[in-house]
Amino acid sequence: MYSATLGQQRHVFGDLKTLMAQATPLRSGDLLAAIAAPDNEARVAAQFALADLPLRRFLEEPVVPYETDAVTRLIIDGHDTAAFTPIGHLTVGGFRDFLLSDAATPEALTALAPGITPEMAAAVAKISRLQDLMVVAAKCRVTTRFRTTVGLPGRLSTRLQPNHPTDDPRGIAASILDGLLLGSGDAVIGINPASDSPQRTHTLLCLLDDIRQRLEIPVQSCVLSHVTTTLDLIRQGSPVDLVFQSIGGTEATNRGFGIDLSMLAEARDAALSLHRGGEQVMYFETGQGSALSANAHHGVDQQTLEARAYAVARHFHPFLVNTVVGFIGPEYLFDGKQIIRAGLEDHFCGKLLGLPMGCDVCYTNHAEADQDDMDTLLTLLVAAGVNFIMGVPGADDIMLGYQSTSFHDALAMRELFGRGPAPEFEAWLTEQGLRDGFGRIRPLGLPERLRRLLPAA
Amino acid sequence: MTGAQDHPPAAGEAWARLRGLTAARIGLARSGASLATAPMLDFRLAHARARDAVHAPLDDARLAEDAAALGLPILTVDSAAADRRVYLMRPDLGRRLEAEGAATLATRAGVYDVAFVLADGLSARAVQNHAVPVLAAALPALRAEGWRIAPLAIVRQGRVAIGDAVAGALGASGAVVLIGERPGLSAPDSLGAYLTWQPRPDSTDADRNCISNIRPEGIGAADAAFKMVFLLRAMRARGVSGVSLKDESAAVAIG
Repeated sequence: MYSATLGQQRHVFGDLKTLMAQATPLRSGDLLAAIAAPDNEARVAAQFALADLPLRRFLEEPVVPYETDAVTRLIIDGHDTAAFTPIGHLTVGGFRDFLLSDAATPEALTALAPGITPEMAAAVAKISRLQDLMVVAAKCRVTTRFRTTVGLPGRLSTRLQPNHPTDDPRGIAASILDGLLLGSGDAVIGINPASDSPQRTHTLLCLLDDIRQRLEIPVQSCVLSHVTTTLDLIRQGSPVDLVFQSIGGTEATNRGFGIDLSMLAEARDAALSLHRGGEQVMYFETGQGSALSANAHHGVDQQTLEARAYAVARHFHPFLVNTVVGFIGPEYLFDGKQIIRAGLEDHFCGKLLGLPMGCDVCYTNHAEADQDDMDTLLTLLVAAGVNFIMGVPGADDIMLGYQSTSFHDALAMRELFGRGPAPEFEAWLTEQGLRDGFGRIRPLGLPERLRRLLPAA
Repeated sequence: MTGAQDHPPAAGEAWARLRGLTAARIGLARSGASLATAPMLDFRLAHARARDAVHAPLDDARLAEDAAALGLPILTVDSAAADRRVYLMRPDLGRRLEAEGAATLATRAGVYDVAFVLADGLSARAVQNHAVPVLAAALPALRAEGWRIAPLAIVRQGRVAIGDAVAGALGASGAVVLIGERPGLSAPDSLGAYLTWQPRPDSTDADRNCISNIRPEGIGAADAAFKMVFLLRAMRARGVSGVSLKDESAAVAIG
């Protein structure tokens, strides 16, 4: 039982998950799950109570039962008590103050990450303003490496997302060419296939690998098929750089995705056995609302469950983690305001837990949002040091039917904030003559090497 | 528009060829690194159309008029979602019939093989423009095979699963919901058909078969009707729908 007394009124919260849910800034998914605070005062009362909660409490009262949930067991059993010691005496409010303090240097935060559980990160996010989420995240440094190095200070990488409604290889190659000319793809060139057919996935993997080798681009590729499809293809000899999978914050959510932790471990081992890039071979996607959507939320709010998905990601040492924040629709994040906050919460929680966080800054046409909202979230995320964002031709994904960020958006951010792409990729762009005297991407023609991607006349 | 450049200049002919390979917005004119005015406004227009498609109300009277030629009694009912805002935030309410509508359907209960439902979904325009031609193409084949067809239900603020409630109320073995899909920028009026055999209140997406992207630029009405009749026959013959039906058809195709 948790409580806060404000003036004459005592607000009571029956258990930790109720306290967490009611302390969450308003969003439609928690209303849909009927776990949101009944009014604004109750929400702030929950935030007062949460601020006074000792961090240790999260180790004693799991929001999802330990006995029945593999993600909870991963969190509790994998907790690094030595790393936790410096903050073990703090409350959630005290933890927020520490994170904002000058003592929380990038080095200190890196050392702390294994001691922080997802619920601790989620709790501090709930009592933070957007500014806090940005200031703290910007101090977290998470760098990963495959053929490029992603997440270095002063860098902003992009996933080139060249989707096509029928997976047509020539249509996909045309989008890749456009993206490369505009400096996109240094995090990954990643295709969402329209079909999960193994044969189709193999064809696309070969297409990407062929382009990479013919153009001698230092990039990695991924076809975002189900992990079981990718695992089978690795065994059959397909050129797999990164293994993709959508993941969630409860065992039942992951079951809904058709996966469990052992499958992810098996796929990671298989990808490592190929020795194509490095030790970081996983690409995970997440998003608030997926657990409720799969009816697997256990009465826990969607922001906390999202942070728990990062515990799953962390276990497998990913190269990239991407929160696809506005994709799920207005019943989970209603409008631009809710999407913007969720994007910054996710980035903050992921970084605090030590993950290479990127964000698909996006929305659907039935959400109350538009490109102005995406400009806002994108700018705030870049200020907060996001590792990578999406590059979609004209921001319009013609296969998935939603809007994200464009190649041009990424360039605008790089120029506004003075960020470059990953150094290996930057050198390649320079070699192709795509950068002007100020280091800006200004293609003046089609470089000779890129002409190899043109279809026969 | 001074300053705007083709992307990249002097490669116009190559871009024309590339644009023919994909509907993606590639080779957009730019100024500096930013989009030039024309493609920026093109995007806004597409988004405006998609937004209007989401929020345009269903003209159920006109839809009923258009559907009159199908020769079915027509019943217009509401879901439990009172308006568009509630509909967007509470998908559970869009899956349930409002009490009066349930009562209306109950008065017409009988023994039917299939019930067709026209629901606005996320694009009323899609159902307004494309649903009746699909039914006009599908019904003759079913009637020729002696299918008993329930009165046609038009549902305002409906989600896919409302077909389960409609079929239950009317006493139909199968439910076919023709519904406006989530609009994309390039397809604001795409219709989906969701087929469920022996629908129950706890039916899930795995129990349904779907024909997606029904519109003149996607799957035409005649093709959609052909697929629909094929699936309905298979459902009735095997007594199932959804993933299991799909699996079996795949096995047959490979074998």
